[in-house]
Amino acid sequence: MLAELGHLSVIIAFMVAIVQSIIPMLGAAKGYIGWMDAARPSAIIQFLLILFAFIMLTISFVTSDFSVKLVASNSHSLKPLLYKISGVWGNHEGSMLLWILILAFYGALVAVFGNRLPIILKARVLSVQAMIGVAFIAFLLFTSNPFERLNFPPFDGKDLNPLLQDPGLAFHPPFLYLGYVGLSMTFSFAIAALIQGSVDAAWARWVRPWALLAWITLTIGIALGSWWAYYELGWGGWWFWDPVENASFMPWLIAVALLHSAIVVEKRETLKSWTVLLAILGFSFSLIGTFIVRSGVITSVHAFANDPERGVFILLILIIAIGGALSLYAFRANSLRSSAVFSPISRESGLILNNLLLVVSTIVVFIGTIWPLIAELILGRKLSVGAPFFEIAFTPFMVILAIFLPLGAVLPWKRANVFKAGSPLIGALSLSVAIGLLIWSLQTGGRILAPIGLALSAWVILGAFTDILIRCRMIENGILAGMRRLINLTRADWGKAFAHIGLGLTIFGISAITAWETEDIRVAKIGETFEVSGYTFTFDNVNKINGKNYSSDMGIISAYFDSELVATLRPEKRFYPVQRMPTTEAGINSNLKRDLYVALGDFQDSGWTIRTYVKPFAVWIWIGCLIMSFGGLLSMSDRRLRFALTTKSK
Amino acid sequence: MIRLALFIIFVCTASWAVEPDEILTNVEYENRARSISKNLRCLVCRNENIDSSNAGIAKDLRVLVRERIKEGDTNEEVLDFITDRYGEYVLLNPKISFQNLLLWISGPLFLLIGGVISWRYTRVKHPEISQKLSDDEKIRLKEIMDD
Repeated sequence: MLAELGHLSVIIAFMVAIVQSIIPMLGAAKGYIGWMDAARPSAIIQFLLILFAFIMLTISFVTSDFSVKLVASNSHSLKPLLYKISGVWGNHEGSMLLWILILAFYGALVAVFGNRLPIILKARVLSVQAMIGVAFIAFLLFTSNPFERLNFPPFDGKDLNPLLQDPGLAFHPPFLYLGYVGLSMTFSFAIAALIQGSVDAAWARWVRPWALLAWITLTIGIALGSWWAYYELGWGGWWFWDPVENASFMPWLIAVALLHSAIVVEKRETLKSWTVLLAILGFSFSLIGTFIVRSGVITSVHAFANDPERGVFILLILIIAIGGALSLYAFRANSLRSSAVFSPISRESGLILNNLLLVVSTIVVFIGTIWPLIAELILGRKLSVGAPFFEIAFTPFMVILAIFLPLGAVLPWKRANVFKAGSPLIGALSLSVAIGLLIWSLQTGGRILAPIGLALSAWVILGAFTDILIRCRMIENGILAGMRRLINLTRADWGKAFAHIGLGLTIFGISAITAWETEDIRVAKIGETFEVSGYTFTFDNVNKINGKNYSSDMGIISAYFDSELVATLRPEKRFYPVQRMPTTEAGINSNLKRDLYVALGDFQDSGWTIRTYVKPFAVWIWIGCLIMSFGGLLSMSDRRLRFALTTKSK
Repeated sequence: MIRLALFIIFVCTASWAVEPDEILTNVEYENRARSISKNLRCLVCRNENIDSSNAGIAKDLRVLVRERIKEGDTNEEVLDFITDRYGEYVLLNPKISFQNLLLWISGPLFLLIGGVISWRYTRVKHPEISQKLSDDEKIRLKEIMDD
C-alpha cells in the first residue's frame, strides 16, 4: 500500500511539474501575472508530493517490506537502522528519487523565500527547474521505478553491499546530489537571464548563493568519499582519478570558477555572458557526471550496449538540456553586453586567469575521462587513462593557480600596479620560498614534490593572512585601528580568507602524504615486533568478533614511540555472510602530525599479512576541505547576499 | 566511488596488493618495480593499478615486472615488454603518439587559446555605457528638456 501511494504521488508530481514548466513560462512571455503566480504553489506541491513518496520508500526500507523489489534487493532485516535508511539511496532507483527530491526542494526554496525576486525572473527560473524535474521524473517512472513490487516476496533481503554500510558513505551521495542539483539552480537562473536578455549585479547576487551552496556541498561530498576510500579500501589511497570521481570533480571545478566570476558580475558588471556560460557548463557537467555514473558507459562500452535503456534516456536529457541551453546562449549571449573597462593587470584579470585555469583543467579531466571511449569508438583502440596521466596533465594547472592566487586576490579592481599592490606580499613570498628551500635541503635526495608543494601551501596560506592585514590596514593605521577594521570585515572577506587557507592546507596534506609516506608490508606472527618510520609496532593478537550482520577477525596492534604506547590499532577483516563478501577496515590512529595506518590481510601458514603505513599530516587533506567549506558558508551568509534575498530589486 | 568499490570487490575480491613474498631484497630494484607497477593496469579490475590489485593476473604481472628488472631491463624496456604482450590497454598513462595527440596537448592548447582570447578581451576598448541613446530615450530626453 505504502509503495503504491508513493508511486502515485510521483505520478501526480510529474503532472504538476509539466504544468509548472509550461504555464509560468507562457505567463512570463505574455505578461499574465496569474500564470506566472502559478509557479509558486506548483513548486511547493511538487516538492511535498516527492517528499511524501520519498518517506513512503524510506518506511518500506525501515520496516523491511521485502515485497518491494528495491528493498528486497538492497536491504536485510538484520541491518543496522542507519544503513536501512541509507539503503534508500544506496542503489540506482532510490538515488534517482533522492536526486528528484533535492531538485524539488530547491525549487520550493525559491518559491517560498524568493518573494523578492522579480516576478518574471522567478516564474522563468521555476519553469526551467520544472523542465529538469519533468525529465528526471520521467526517467524515474519509465526506466527506474523504485516502487516495483515482487509477486513472491522473499523471506529476507539480499542486503546492501557491505562496502556501503559505512557512516562515511551513508552521507556521501546526499551531499554530492545537493551539489549536482544545486548547479541546476544556477543553470535555471542562466536560462532565465538569457530569455530575458539581461544580466545585472542583482542577478549575480541571486546566483552566487546557489553557486556557493552547490560548491560547499560538493566539497563535503567529495571529501567524504575520499575519506571513505582512505580508510575502507585498505591501502590508504584517497584519490584514484576514477571516472566516477572525475564525474563529481568536474562540476566542482566549474562551480569554483562560477562563484569567482559571479563576483566580477556583481562588483563590476562585466564578464556577464561568460558567467552565464559557466552556469550552463556547471550543470552540464553535473548531467555528464550523472550519465557517466548511471549508464556505466565509461566502464565498458559493452555493458552500456547490453542495457542501453537508462543510458540512452539520460543521454537524451543531456543532449536536450546542454544542446538547448548552448543554442539559446549562442542566440542571446550578444544581448548580455558588458561595459566596464579594465586593464590586463587588475582584479578582473586575476579572476579571468582563475577561470581560465579552472576551465582548462576541467577540460583536461573531461578529455582524460572520455578518452578511452573516444579511442575505442573512433580509433578502434582499447587503451586506459589512469592516475599517472592525470597527475602529469592536471597538476601543473593547479600549481600555476596556486602561484597566482595570492597576488590576484590582493590586486585592486580596474587597474593595478603589480609592484605596488603586491609589495605587502613580499614577506609571505620570502617566507614560503625559505620554507621550500629549507625542506629541500633537509631531505637530501627526496622527491622534489615536497619542497614545491609545501612552499606553495605556505604561499597560499600566508597570502590569505596578508590579504586580511591589507584589508584592515594594520600597517598604515596601527594595531588598534586595524583591530577595529578587522572586526568590521564582511563575512565575504572572511569567507575568502578561510576558503583560500583551506585550499592551502589541503595542498599541504597532499604534498606531505605523497612525498613522505612510509610503507611496510610483512607477514607477522602474533607477538612479533617491527619498526616503521620511528614507530615500534607490536602485533598483540587477533580476535574473532561478531557484529550485527558480519563476523570479523580483529587484529590488535600496539604502536610505541620512544617506548611509550601511543595507540592501539584494531584493523579488521570482516565477512558479510548475506552478500558473501569480505571487507577490510583499516586500523587508523590520527593526529594532526601523522596517521598510523594498519591493515590486516590473510592468514598465511606462519602468520598474518600486515600492511603498515605512517602517513605524515594526512588528516590535513580533509581538514582543509572542511575549512574551505566553512569559508563558503561564511561567504553565503554575507549581509549582501542575505540582503539580496530579502530586498526588492529596482 | 561506489562503483569503483563494487568492482574492486567483485572482481578483485579482498584488498590485497603487493604481498610480502613478492618483494625483492634489492631495495633499488623493488622501488623501481613499485613505480613501474603504478603505471600498469590490472586487466580485470576497474581503474586499478597492479600495485594495489589482488587479482591473480595482477600478481603475475608484478612478478613479471620484477623478473624483467632482475634480468637488467630499464624501466622503459619493462613497460615495452609488457605492452608487447598485453597491448596498450595495460598502460595507465597512454603513450604520446599521433593518435593520442589531442589527449596530451588538450590542456596546453586550450590554455593557449583561452589565454589569447582573454588577453585580447582585456585590450579591447569596450564602448562606454550609454554612449548612444535609443530612440525611446531620445524622445524621453526631449520631453524632459522641453518641460
